[in-house]
Amino acid sequence: MATVFIPSQLRELSDGIPSVEIDAKNVREIVNQLDEMFPGFKERICLDGDIAPSLQVSIDNIMTSRGMIAKVQPHSEVHFIPAIGGG
Amino acid sequence: MTTTQYRVIGSRPVRHDGADKVTGKAIYTADMKLPGMLSGFVLRSPHAHAKILSIDTSEAEAMPGVHAVVTGADFPNVEDKIADLGEGSVNLAYLSTNCMAQKKVLYRGHAVAAVAATDVHIAEEAAAKIKVEYEVLDSVTWVLDAMQDDAPLLHENLLTDSLGKKAETPSNIPVHMHFEKGDVAAGFAEADVIIEREFKTATVHQGYIEPHAVVADYNEDGRLRIWTATQGSFTCRQQTAEVLQIPLGNVLVTPCEIGGGFGGKITVYLEPTAALLSKKSGRPVRITMTRADVFEASGPTPGSYMRIKLGAKNDGTIVAGEAWLAYDAGAYPGGMIGPGCMCVFSCYDIEHAVVDGYDVCLNKPKTSAYRAPGATQVAFAVEQLVDELAEKLDMCALEIREKNAVKEGARRVDGPVYPPIGLEQCLDALKQSEHWNTPLEGPHRGRGIAAGFWFGCGLKSSAACTVNSDGTINLLEGSTDIGGSRTSIAMQLAEVLGLEAEDINPQVGDTDTAGYTDVTGGSRVTFATGMAAYEAGRDLQQQMKTLAAELWDCSAEEITVNEDGSFSGNGNQLGFKELASQLFAAGEHLVGRATVSPECPTNGFGAHIADVEVDPETGKVTILRYTTIQDAGKAIHPSYVEGQLQGGTVQGIGWALNEEYFFNDDDTMANADFLDYRVPTMLDVPMIETIIVETGNPDHPYGVRGVGETPIVPPPAALANAIYNATNTRMTELPMSPPKLWKAMQSDPSAD
Amino acid sequence: MPATKKVHVTTTINGEEIDFLCEPRHSLLEVLRDNLGLTGSKEGCNNGNCGACTVLLNGRPVDSCLVLGVEVEGAEIETVEGIACSSSLHPVQECFLEGAALQCGICTPGFLVAAKALLDKDPHASEETIRFNLAGNLCRCTGYDKIVRAVQAAGQRMSADA
Repeated sequence: MATVFIPSQLRELSDGIPSVEIDAKNVREIVNQLDEMFPGFKERICLDGDIAPSLQVSIDNIMTSRGMIAKVQPHSEVHFIPAIGGG
Repeated sequence: MTTTQYRVIGSRPVRHDGADKVTGKAIYTADMKLPGMLSGFVLRSPHAHAKILSIDTSEAEAMPGVHAVVTGADFPNVEDKIADLGEGSVNLAYLSTNCMAQKKVLYRGHAVAAVAATDVHIAEEAAAKIKVEYEVLDSVTWVLDAMQDDAPLLHENLLTDSLGKKAETPSNIPVHMHFEKGDVAAGFAEADVIIEREFKTATVHQGYIEPHAVVADYNEDGRLRIWTATQGSFTCRQQTAEVLQIPLGNVLVTPCEIGGGFGGKITVYLEPTAALLSKKSGRPVRITMTRADVFEASGPTPGSYMRIKLGAKNDGTIVAGEAWLAYDAGAYPGGMIGPGCMCVFSCYDIEHAVVDGYDVCLNKPKTSAYRAPGATQVAFAVEQLVDELAEKLDMCALEIREKNAVKEGARRVDGPVYPPIGLEQCLDALKQSEHWNTPLEGPHRGRGIAAGFWFGCGLKSSAACTVNSDGTINLLEGSTDIGGSRTSIAMQLAEVLGLEAEDINPQVGDTDTAGYTDVTGGSRVTFATGMAAYEAGRDLQQQMKTLAAELWDCSAEEITVNEDGSFSGNGNQLGFKELASQLFAAGEHLVGRATVSPECPTNGFGAHIADVEVDPETGKVTILRYTTIQDAGKAIHPSYVEGQLQGGTVQGIGWALNEEYFFNDDDTMANADFLDYRVPTMLDVPMIETIIVETGNPDHPYGVRGVGETPIVPPPAALANAIYNATNTRMTELPMSPPKLWKAMQSDPSAD
Repeated sequence: MPATKKVHVTTTINGEEIDFLCEPRHSLLEVLRDNLGLTGSKEGCNNGNCGACTVLLNGRPVDSCLVLGVEVEGAEIETVEGIACSSSLHPVQECFLEGAALQCGICTPGFLVAAKALLDKDPHASEETIRFNLAGNLCRCTGYDKIVRAVQAAGQRMSADA
């Protein structure tokens, strides 16, 4: 099971629950399951069916831009965080 | 510490493009000259905020020597489409209207029209004849004012986004971010000492010495060729194609040598305009910005307002943190608030923390990245509060940092957990340093320290290497070289192949020849493009093993690539060059290639020491001694790593002590030149001592971490702490320029 | 405004006698870059504050953006293109390369010209003298440390060679 952290601004959807355990192979499965658990979740973080470009997904030590197809390991820790650029 | 012995890595060869750059032969964009080329001039708004009622270009068009005039009407109408630019994304409608205003101008310097003529003076005279009728609107340039309900609205339909939820009424606040970790109320309840302060920082500019410049040649067949000063030729190609609504494949971007960027040469400003002028005139067009244009109409980095609170226990453990941040976005949404929020507590392991961040539109040019964008502002605040906590707890400034420094496993306020990182090692190097162990004496003198962090990213890079018949290599890569990166990339290829740096001939390719490569930014080039070069070398070795097997009559599995890059198998042994030559003679020629897209931040930490003397009569700060310590993972070319540390530090010193945008009463910029926007000169700074810590990055074959950005982060904080120790005056505003410091020293009852 | 009549100017640039036509409003920098193809001198600000366009005018470093083309009649001008002697680099160029005293390189021509002018007069210039004399040249990449050291090293090499 991957541990998925609910962004603090979306905890209004999760009744304040900060994280959930989800059995998933990739980010798409996580997002779909989260949307079932907490209706409206997907709409908040997705644009045109993929992770919104203003966001990126942190999976363990990587910050991936692969969006929905990014792979998740059984004990991964997953966060949705702002996308950042550098100078 | 990494102990591997390398032959090339860690040495200091002369850079490959060096001779061109010391003889004046290197071609920067403004040096380009094409047959029949015209010169462009951009007419810019004199107002900070106004409606454009009409534009009459007829008189300008009639002038002899004028070949084309464009206005917003010539730009395609692009929708509110979000374009992913690899490193971040952009709303195309904003990008397009920032290049050329449509109905409104949102800052002084906003482009409203452009002229192409046989001579830049004629173009300028023609631009002066364009009649623009404006209706001047109220304007706003201070971030807190812009957040008020009654503030002049820049964008009528802008609704605050709170992670996917839109506000109901428009405002100047495009984004509100919120991060939480632990239970912040409980954390502060646990604290024995709590300190809260407000901080303000001024808008500052990257101040690259080369103004933005472009040459565009729009062919009759629809092919658009661009030569430009850009940090990323591929993102420039995409932005230009999207703004002009033409196929990506029709655009060729050739990056010229570039005279500095620091984050400010990623967004397009001139390219679409030059392209349209070229299309209209049928001739190549060159536009260069004036220095005033650069200040007024490119992308400075955000001014900010910050309110930050820290709480610690008597033993020095920082248990709670709270930050409320509002950063300038400039005229269009999309400032640096995200990384500001993510960096505010990035150096300390704080159990309970909460961060609120606001991106705020106001009548300044759209902000851009500037070396560790968003991080310097928050470090200025937090690193001072950490010093104040130490003072209240009777601890040493270093001790409290050592006690709370993040290490592997610490959880960031935005959620993720750090992999192995090097802040502790930097603090340890600081503690051992000769500087730290040399007492500072004398009146009005003080020493300050500060830590700093920047993520450093990976993104996409490509490299291809063609082997010549003598075994030397032509390396083609796509990273614009702003500070010697050709060489740091080539050195990694030389290392893996057992060659010398001089055996590699690195070239920065254009968008038609190089494989896709993201921007030179995010401290990523030596890390990621270096990794691509390494992998391309590995690819060559694999090919050579297969071919050598035929030559040596054995299987490829029997062939070994030795540590020195030589090949052996079936009783034979040859160095890379010898084998390559033999293979060439045998009819084989080789091209190695690789694309990489590492996704792990390289996590660059640093710690600085500043010694200052403050003149009590004038408030002028003299820096007596300065040391910059940083974890480079592994320094490929130590001279250029030192150069990044020194250069970033001095930019941070300028930000700390002198640089700021001043605004007139009508919100137009008052100091758009290098005389009044005064960046540090050689006389203003001492030698910058450097200590390179090498903790080795497990995510890179040679252990590289990005180094370019972190060094700008600590200087304002280190200097503020030094100033406090010299004067007993806490400076909560940047810049700490003589008038401001002098005034603060007069009003602070605790001052000397 | 009708185009102004061009003026004929004869001058010496990097040891070679040159004549050119220029409008009275054209700066020496524009003449060098646009008329004569000497693009080594760079325009960073066009108002005398960055030093990227530094050339020697009768042996003195000047910002060529602040000199008019018509002013150089009969003068001797030296630009970055004239620093290297035939096929070998000048010590100040060598030391900039060996000491990694450049990053983006846009300010480098101005620094080289100004540094050579200083070292020709005072090869043993102290750090303070170097910082004072080159304070009119801005560099945004290096933080100046390596530039100062390169100029010091070049001075030593020049006096050893002399």
